[in-house]
Amino acid sequence: MARAVSSRAKVGYTVAAWIVALLIFFPILYTIITSLKSEQEAIAGFDLIPSFTLESFRAVQTQNDYWKPFTNSVILSLGSTLLALIVAIPAAWAMAFSPTKRTKDILMWMLSTKMMPAVAVLVPIYLIFLRTGLMDTRIGLTVMLMLINLPIVVWMLYTYFREIPGEILEAARMDGATLRDEIVHVLTPMAVPGIASTLLLNVILAWNEAFWTIQLTTTNAAPLSAFIASFSSPQGLFWAKLSAASVLAIAPILILGWFSQKQLVRGLTFGAVK
Amino acid sequence: MATRQTASLARLMRAPAIILLLIWMIVPLGMTLYYSFLNYNLLNPAGTSWAGWFNYRYFYTDPAFFDAIRNTLVLVLGVLVITVVGGIAIALLIDKPIWGQGIVRILIISPFFVMPPVAALIWKNMIMHPSYGVFADLAQVLGMQPVDWFAQFPLTSIIVIVAWQWLPFATLILLTSLQSLDGEQMEAAEMDGASALSRFIHLTLPHMARAITVVILIQTIFLLGIYAEILVTTNGGPGNASTNLTYLIYRAARLNFDIGGAAAGGIIAVILANLVAIFLMRAVGKNLD
Repeated sequence: MARAVSSRAKVGYTVAAWIVALLIFFPILYTIITSLKSEQEAIAGFDLIPSFTLESFRAVQTQNDYWKPFTNSVILSLGSTLLALIVAIPAAWAMAFSPTKRTKDILMWMLSTKMMPAVAVLVPIYLIFLRTGLMDTRIGLTVMLMLINLPIVVWMLYTYFREIPGEILEAARMDGATLRDEIVHVLTPMAVPGIASTLLLNVILAWNEAFWTIQLTTTNAAPLSAFIASFSSPQGLFWAKLSAASVLAIAPILILGWFSQKQLVRGLTFGAVK
Repeated sequence: MATRQTASLARLMRAPAIILLLIWMIVPLGMTLYYSFLNYNLLNPAGTSWAGWFNYRYFYTDPAFFDAIRNTLVLVLGVLVITVVGGIAIALLIDKPIWGQGIVRILIISPFFVMPPVAALIWKNMIMHPSYGVFADLAQVLGMQPVDWFAQFPLTSIIVIVAWQWLPFATLILLTSLQSLDGEQMEAAEMDGASALSRFIHLTLPHMARAITVVILIQTIFLLGIYAEILVTTNGGPGNASTNLTYLIYRAARLNFDIGGAAAGGIIAVILANLVAIFLMRAVGKNLD
């Protein structure tokens, strides 16, 4: 085979790739290591071997009431994603299975709403939230995050639904299936993987959102992104505790993210790269 | 094939999403436009009056505005160059046969899933801190003076952080594109004696062109809105050295309570983003047909 690579070359590529990968991952790795150190160790200079103490994790949870922002993050990211799916599934479905001449224009227009810089509507949204009492409420922020991600959700679902072959529907109709049968027995099973991928990616995006969460919350509804941002002053947390809080904030989404690499490419490029 | 019944059902199914996005697009933007013509300060709401073009003129003649535009451009371009060049290089490397490719991919993609405030704090405290950071330790080992990164090179430091967050995205997209490259064509070129460099320039790069365009455009949309990384590290300072347009508008609205001025800045941001968006829509639109 012409493309067979000598094992010496493979060793070389492997070493180079691992060095690059470890360098890129290093800041995360070092944060994990520091979170397992005591405060004295954490500022004692470079050391990759921690004492494996969990005191920082305990301290973050007792002193800083970590579970409140964590719960908020879960509620906001799941809530906004589910809300978006409820609105987007019918829309994407209709556009994929009974497209009209304007479907393409509608999709492009939806995409264009995603291009609007958040800061451009900061003033009105902030004032609306202040005056309607939505400020620092989970419901207000859930709706915001839902609106922000709705175009991506519609787009992702659309690209998945469009791949479901239309002939299957026709075959089902020939067999006398009603519209209800079509939806429940034919389309839904084929659509579930696409919906699951969309859900996964959107939970990640909503979890990591850090503009509106910081602008529109103070204490009650603040998710982890706003909670962590409040430690920007050096007095806020000590090194090991800051690391522990960071690890707790990113661990769930990091693990979800590892499972969603493919969907990420597809979702964030609006199907332009698959 | 759609009957009239399914057509009207389809309309009904589309309606909620369209109406929601229509409201989301028109109402706040309309309000921003309206506010941008008002003298409106939250500290003195009773003194609100019509301002005409004053807010725009004020924004336009403020030296901070030009600093912010310049910083925005430097930030976007700096990150784009690092992520695209780095992304191509890393994608080419991990596309090669290597042991543990799955784990390597996972390690490389990870920074993308780190939320912006955490990414900023990790770099600020763990890596770039002048006394406790890894860079400072490294400088000490090499016998050099540790650098106070955020004081001396604020914008560069932020570029490094943001590039670290987006390098995985660029790498992943470019890798995906690379993997769809026709292997046989490559082999043929190789047998014809084309060098690795000329294969890269004449086959690989044209094949990746579309993915590179998409990476550039999508990142630009997000990079224009960089906010949390600045808030957590430099607060836009020292002076305006690391203030981008997003941060400038945030400061006008939330710290100076200048609703009119912030709204005018917002409209300018919309115009800038739209220039980029037009190109993105064209690139993505081609894929629909």
